Amino acid sequence: MCRLAAISSSKYFSPMENILALETMKEGHDGSGLGLTLKDLGGDFKDLKDYPILSGICSNRGREVLDAYMDEMGFKLIYRWRPKIKPVKGIVARDFYFAGVYDYPEEWKDKPFEEKEQLLMNTRLALRRMGEADESIFVFSFYPDVITLKEVGDPLEVAEFFGLDKDILKAKVIFAQGRQNTNYQIYLYACHPFFLQGYCTMTNGENTAFVPIREFLMSRGFPGYMGYNSDSEVFCHILHYTNKRLGFPLTYYKDVITPLKWQEIEQRPDREALSLIKQSLRPLCIDGPNMVIGFIPDGTCFMVQDAKKLRPGVVGGVKGKYALMSELCGLDKVIPERDKSKDIYPMKYDMVIVSPEAKEVKVWNQLQA
Amino acid sequence: MEPATGLKLDYNHKLTIKEFPYIVRWREDRCKRCGQCTAVCPNGAIKPAVKYMRVIESGGDTPKPRPVRRIIHVIEQVDNMENYCTGCAMCALVCPNNAIEPEYNPQNKFLFYKNRGGEGYKRGGRRNDPGVSTLDRIKFTRISMLTDPALDAGRHEFRVRSYIGRILPPEELPLKVEDGRLVVDKSSGKFIPPVREIFPIMIGSMSIGALSPHMWEGLAMGVAYLNEVEGIPVVMCSGEGGFPPRLLKSRYVKYFILQIASGYFGWDSIIHTLPYMTEDPAAIEIKYGQGAKPGDGGLLMAPKVIKLIAEIRGVPKFVDLPSPPTHQTKYSIEEAVMKMIQSMSMAFGFRVPVYPKISGTRTAKAVLNNLARNPYAAALCIDGEDGGTGAAYNVSLDKMGHPIASNIRECYLDLVKQGKQNELPLIAAGGIGKKGNLAANTAALIMLGASAVAIGKYIMQATADCLGDEYNRCNMCNTGKCPRGIATQDPKLYRRLDPDKVAERVVEVFKAADVELRKIFAPMGRSTELPIGMSDGLSIDDKEMAERLEISYAC
Repeated sequence: MCRLAAISSSKYFSPMENILALETMKEGHDGSGLGLTLKDLGGDFKDLKDYPILSGICSNRGREVLDAYMDEMGFKLIYRWRPKIKPVKGIVARDFYFAGVYDYPEEWKDKPFEEKEQLLMNTRLALRRMGEADESIFVFSFYPDVITLKEVGDPLEVAEFFGLDKDILKAKVIFAQGRQNTNYQIYLYACHPFFLQGYCTMTNGENTAFVPIREFLMSRGFPGYMGYNSDSEVFCHILHYTNKRLGFPLTYYKDVITPLKWQEIEQRPDREALSLIKQSLRPLCIDGPNMVIGFIPDGTCFMVQDAKKLRPGVVGGVKGKYALMSELCGLDKVIPERDKSKDIYPMKYDMVIVSPEAKEVKVWNQLQA
Repeated sequence: MEPATGLKLDYNHKLTIKEFPYIVRWREDRCKRCGQCTAVCPNGAIKPAVKYMRVIESGGDTPKPRPVRRIIHVIEQVDNMENYCTGCAMCALVCPNNAIEPEYNPQNKFLFYKNRGGEGYKRGGRRNDPGVSTLDRIKFTRISMLTDPALDAGRHEFRVRSYIGRILPPEELPLKVEDGRLVVDKSSGKFIPPVREIFPIMIGSMSIGALSPHMWEGLAMGVAYLNEVEGIPVVMCSGEGGFPPRLLKSRYVKYFILQIASGYFGWDSIIHTLPYMTEDPAAIEIKYGQGAKPGDGGLLMAPKVIKLIAEIRGVPKFVDLPSPPTHQTKYSIEEAVMKMIQSMSMAFGFRVPVYPKISGTRTAKAVLNNLARNPYAAALCIDGEDGGTGAAYNVSLDKMGHPIASNIRECYLDLVKQGKQNELPLIAAGGIGKKGNLAANTAALIMLGASAVAIGKYIMQATADCLGDEYNRCNMCNTGKCPRGIATQDPKLYRRLDPDKVAERVVEVFKAADVELRKIFAPMGRSTELPIGMSDGLSIDDKEMAERLEISYAC
């Protein structure tokens, strides 16, 4: 089972906090990988927030291809962060790990951000296609103020391998997932967290409704809905689809993935809209067992359960720092000083929402919305 | 002149008994000559006969076998092809001593001779193919255990429901955000098509006329009970043959799909009753084709057109009622489908889903694509080659049509390509439960992409003990002599059928199917929504079939 550690804070913190939380949950994961997504970056990236960051891994040949393509597209490299790799037994080092900050091509600089987002996504997808067959290029995200790191191995060892314990890499929202998709082939593109245009999720459990959901998303005519090397990737894309493409407020994500029963819908003031959603978005209903942790572009983080509530999940913390964890021991490790009586264990109707800068946490109840 | 011995010199005008599909096995030693078998035989295939025979007898104080000549009474199979034994076994059913039964004769040459008078063989029933269908070869192989816990079929909450009706794509929903909540934007003027929530197994179109009053009433009562008492929203299609006006005006009409077909039988009465209806029907089905006899219209033989049927259909009594193969007033798919869907929608104030039913065909995707572009089309029902009928030419039943599995799958995948897989529900029919595996066949079709299935033969067998099978047993629905009282208008025959018992069985069948569907969905981890298109859950033991259906191969 995957182990998940998400932290949202008003201050910059190191991803080591997430990784040490994962370490406490070690009994629950098999140490087969680590995925990290950092948002609202500090350190060297603090003054580069308007520029997109391309995160990925290349072979030496892939690096040449990537650089040539970015040049051709007109992206100018402003800054490149590279982890200081420390050889660790059991982790096979690849040639080139990077997070490159680029300036937009000249002709794109004055375009609205909506259009720039499409350019960034299309560029990432083009790079992915170039390097996917021979695994010479892996690109995980290309978006302002976001870095993604992924590698196969025990999370603590991968962190050591990346030198994160000594690095100045910091952020205000960090998601970490401590397991590869071991149900299937171990593959970097199958590793959570998944990111698309400011939306990010990581998931616990296996999604039995994966295939119809994947088919529905892929048939929306949006090029970003692709990949699906893991059944969990659809959770991120459903979030993107409902919130960004359809313009639904965040809480409707819960109504889409776990629709209420008809008699429950009757109690809701927005019953008319919900009835339409229940029918029109029926293929996006998840069938768990799943616990989903995600963030959206404004930095709001959330946790939801599937309708059967078969996976663990807890949210707790203090004002200015909240953690969303798959297990309590992880929360204890990160924020031991909190009032434990206020820990939240979301049930099947709940959506726990942590506001940006971890100002407050609230529980949105699907029945009483 | 025949010789005095009774022997004939030339037997060439007669068929041997080995030519017949069923051979009647009669046991003289058990028979008490009560005559029940000959009285009940629906086809006159057996008759009492008197024989003068040499028999061996023993008797007296010191028994000693001796030959005697005696006149005896026997039961004989008729050697006339018109009165062939259909294998129905009603004789065995009524015999008090188990003295008689038909036996299938695989060497029969029935079809060589069943065309006397230059008329092709007509019958009712189903395709005579006793082989294992594709649906029965499909297995459910994605079993949840550890990575994703299996569910408890008995205790978890399951939603085994589907929709008929055109469902708007999410991008076209007339919604806007107000105070953080979604509300329906009434000012948009967007038409929101009617949608019905149904149980994914429906009773397919069988008309009043094809079915006896007791059978139809039993089914209707069962359906009403399932909806009103059990809370299982099963719907039933009227078939082409009108609808009883009293039922049309009742609140129960909401559990029925009214069918309009190329003969428009009964629609004069329906249209005249429209102003007095208090509820809308569940849907309107426009029949363009039928799986059992593609290219043919409906056919109700004259013996079944009694007074009640003639009144409901608005026709004279005792005349053959063949519907034309196509809707004669329409000349193109746009006319036939689009205009008719719109006309029917308008007749019911755009409050009722209207969908066409076609026979399984390689051209199904052409129809599908027309429907996909028609915002009023509520679904597409495809009736596969294993569908049943009350009357058709044998050649149509046996040789015409398309299997349902690949037809549904290709249509679903075509919708997926267009992103419309949730907009236009596919209803699969024809051969569901052919071997009794109702829930498994239903689940397989759902996972291949169907939103619902329609059943006919299964419900007749399960609720009224229909005798037919794929060895051409009985299959004489067209004659009006149905020995079970299911497909007849002869009161002497349909009185055999108790409508209350049929209704009870309908309820039992659907409750059992509901449980069995859960038993399939639970181990696959699915409970919240119907797993439409969950093709990763299916496998089949044939590589080419797996490739065609785009599911996995398992052996």
